[in-house]
Amino acid sequence: MNTTTTSLYRRRKRLNQLVMAACLVATGIGFLFLFAILFTLVSKGVGSISLSIFTERTRMTGGGLGNAIWGTLVMTCVATVIGTIVGVAAGTWLAEYGGKRKMAKVIRFINDVLLSAPSIIVGLFIYAVVVVPMGNFSAWAGVLSLTVIIVPVVIRSTEDMMQLIPNSLREAAAALGAHRWWIIVRVCYSGARAGIMTGILLGFARISGETAPLLFTSLNSNQWNFFQLNNEMANLPMTIYQNMTINSFIPDLVSLAWAGALILTAAILILNIAARYFSRQRS
Amino acid sequence: MATTNTAEKGSGLGHLSEAMQKRLRRKAQIDVGFERVLFGFAFAVLLLLGAIIASLIVSSWPALQRYGVDFFTENRWAANVEVFGALPAIYGTLLTSIIAIVIAVPISFGIAIFLTERCPGFLRQPLSTLIELLAGIPSIIYGMWGMEVLAPLLRTWFPDVFPAGTGLATAGIILAVMIIPFITAVSRDVINTVPSVMRESAYGLGCTTWEVARQVILPSVKGGLVGGVVLGLGRALGETMAVTFVIGNNLFLNPTLTGQGTSIAALIANQFSESDGTQRSALLALGLILFLITFAVLAFARYLLRNSTGRHA
Repeated sequence: MNTTTTSLYRRRKRLNQLVMAACLVATGIGFLFLFAILFTLVSKGVGSISLSIFTERTRMTGGGLGNAIWGTLVMTCVATVIGTIVGVAAGTWLAEYGGKRKMAKVIRFINDVLLSAPSIIVGLFIYAVVVVPMGNFSAWAGVLSLTVIIVPVVIRSTEDMMQLIPNSLREAAAALGAHRWWIIVRVCYSGARAGIMTGILLGFARISGETAPLLFTSLNSNQWNFFQLNNEMANLPMTIYQNMTINSFIPDLVSLAWAGALILTAAILILNIAARYFSRQRS
Repeated sequence: MATTNTAEKGSGLGHLSEAMQKRLRRKAQIDVGFERVLFGFAFAVLLLLGAIIASLIVSSWPALQRYGVDFFTENRWAANVEVFGALPAIYGTLLTSIIAIVIAVPISFGIAIFLTERCPGFLRQPLSTLIELLAGIPSIIYGMWGMEVLAPLLRTWFPDVFPAGTGLATAGIILAVMIIPFITAVSRDVINTVPSVMRESAYGLGCTTWEVARQVILPSVKGGLVGGVVLGLGRALGETMAVTFVIGNNLFLNPTLTGQGTSIAALIANQFSESDGTQRSALLALGLILFLITFAVLAFARYLLRNSTGRHA
């Protein structure tokens, strides 16, 4: 009796140790990938980073990534501005007016699906409805496809953050005679601002690295294009992609691609960390 | 005049001065207008989905009409002879995603269990953040890493299995790395919804950590965990850039695990800009198929996750 109890006890303990060791190994594997990717980026990219990368335009030989970095910044910023307006408005409706209405449930569900929809489909969609009628690839098409990707992110975070505002605050404002729209603008937005900003920042980080939706919308270009949104615009992800595939026979361009990848990833990771830090500070 | 008077009595504003009534009525109008404008933006989400589906159907119609059922049974994609079969791409899409899920699920659950049950408190937040950072890295970086690091490694370590280094299995591994953070984040959030009282009572009965995880936590959040996995599957199915670099781009059906192949997203990314006419329409038809597959998968995931907090990923 005693020996069977001890052996059972020992078996359970051993199984537990085994599984916990496996969990630790799994965690190790996860971090191994993260550090392996970062190590590759730094070791291959840091050598070609210099000031001229930010000032020179892309060329077939030599050159830099200046126009690509600028293009990515412009398109991402414009898309974020449009996406913020649409997303915050829609998210506000879902949180403040939608409630348990059937329409709100459907919109919420569709938005959740669009949140993880393949980005290349968005590219195809914008190609069909913007590029074909316009007759040429343009930065506007790129901006619109990035907008389609960021809107669900902003809607999601706006709705979540506004639902965190306690109803007693709304009721207090209503009791003082404020109209509903005034309550939303003055009470709800000021309480949810930090959370919504975090969501926008995370969305910004996400779309700045998107490549697939730009393949058939903004395309790429070798020239400086500062604000001509009606023409093709260079951008960092497409430049990296082209340098790694069709231009991969030119070693200079491949090392430029790695430098660009390092810059892009570093910027996105810093944005991610900043967004998290920001949200923890405020809450 | 008489009619407005009764209306004002009905609204209970009759005792107020004319100017005050006007002001209140204007504010009420702003209220209605505000809601309508906000609703317009929310409704745009539905219109967007409708527009995506409609535009894909319209632009892929010529190819679907021309090839009909052959589009789904033809086992090669040969643009030069205008033979377009979706089978190699569909096979590659499904196979790479399944490989990714098989690899990613045990690792993600392991990380989630470690983070929620075993991790020392001061490490929990930093480790979670690091795993989430892995999700922030753009997919093109994963593709480059796969091509430059993973594929050569596989070729040197297992030359018999991966003669070229690239292929369906390599793409599956890269996809697994990409979806690990998603599945981990959802699983962690779902596991955290289990009340501590349940854990503590099981520990009080003398359960080991594994027994608590297996017999207390797992049964109570099964739906949410499966939802997280299906969400990861949805991501893997539509992933483009990570796959394009390493899948091998073989346009003939190659029903093996490790051989070279293609996926819907990779095929579109490779051929769309140089295509026209029937080929372009056929590629859009592939896009429509991909969208329908991912829509079904993601809808199923959201259904499973409807009661959980892990909706954000």
